Amino acid sequence: MNELTEIWTYLAEEPLLWLTATLIAYSLGDAAFKVSGKRAYVNPVLIAVTLLAVVLWMTATPYQTYFEGAQFVHFMLGPATVALAAPLYGNLSRIRRSAIPLLCALVAGSATAIISALGVAYAMGIRGDILVSIAPKSVTAPVALGISDSLGGEPTLTAVLVILTGVMGAVMATPLLNLVGVSDWRARGFAVGVASHGIGTARAFQVNETAGAFAGIGMGLNALLTTVLAPLIVSLFI
Amino acid sequence: MILHLTTILVFQLIGETLTRSFGWLIPGPVLGMALLLLFFVSAPRIAKAIQPTAQGLLSHLSLLFVPAGVGIVGHLDRMGSDGLGIFLALLISTVLSIAVGALVFTGIARLMGAEE
Repeated sequence: MNELTEIWTYLAEEPLLWLTATLIAYSLGDAAFKVSGKRAYVNPVLIAVTLLAVVLWMTATPYQTYFEGAQFVHFMLGPATVALAAPLYGNLSRIRRSAIPLLCALVAGSATAIISALGVAYAMGIRGDILVSIAPKSVTAPVALGISDSLGGEPTLTAVLVILTGVMGAVMATPLLNLVGVSDWRARGFAVGVASHGIGTARAFQVNETAGAFAGIGMGLNALLTTVLAPLIVSLFI
Repeated sequence: MILHLTTILVFQLIGETLTRSFGWLIPGPVLGMALLLLFFVSAPRIAKAIQPTAQGLLSHLSLLFVPAGVGIVGHLDRMGSDGLGIFLALLISTVLSIAVGALVFTGIARLMGAEE
């Protein structure tokens, strides 16, 4: 028994354990997603996060220790963002042809996300740094943290809100877009990328290659636009 | 494969270096993506060669968000009494943003006759 404790103590401090756990949790989530017939509400990210949260809680492992191992996965977010250039290049002629609808949808989707989030939060009595932390929640994590910080928000809280928004967008996109009757893959993907960044984009790629490429450009452009819009809109609320 | 992965990393590195040295608020990888796209336009053969590696990276994009997502654990209690308000704000704004974005896109595309 003592030996077992020793082995655990060793492994719990090494990156190997939590890196493996992250991959296993995601594989389980992905398997559940496939078994369900690729239903949007069986979201692999949500399942993996829940499983890992329970394991961390049961083993009393601090997030810091977990991240030591998981950072290798986290690191790949950067190269994956750069790699988005490939599907963008593949869809370049379609993107060029739809440049005007795309830019209008960008401004409308981005402004709607910020104004409605701040409006609802304000109506619910949320003020101060928490209100500010909500503003950039539709934007990809690294940019959102920068915006939150420069406006006087709480970057760590923003990180959590960004992930929640992404999962919500990924889960609701298909039923919502069917409900409003939009069948154009360009429009569907783009709107999801603008509203729910990389997690929405990952979901769009699962559904349709074109939707994924347009989601990727929506995510990239909204990162730029929100940097400009968020300070303006936040100043109306405080 | 190694060469392709290196190309992607080099563009991220260029992006990070430029944004940091000029203090731009856009993240390095997003700038790296834009520069790589320009590079692809000027060198279509390279774009074709890198395609499979890029696709491999993107096919499991969801996995990459898991570590950051687990960070929620430490914040559950922080939200406290504001939890419901925050949740509603995110939910309502995500619904509105997706619906408005998609409808504006198709509406303008129809006006311009750029439907597919």
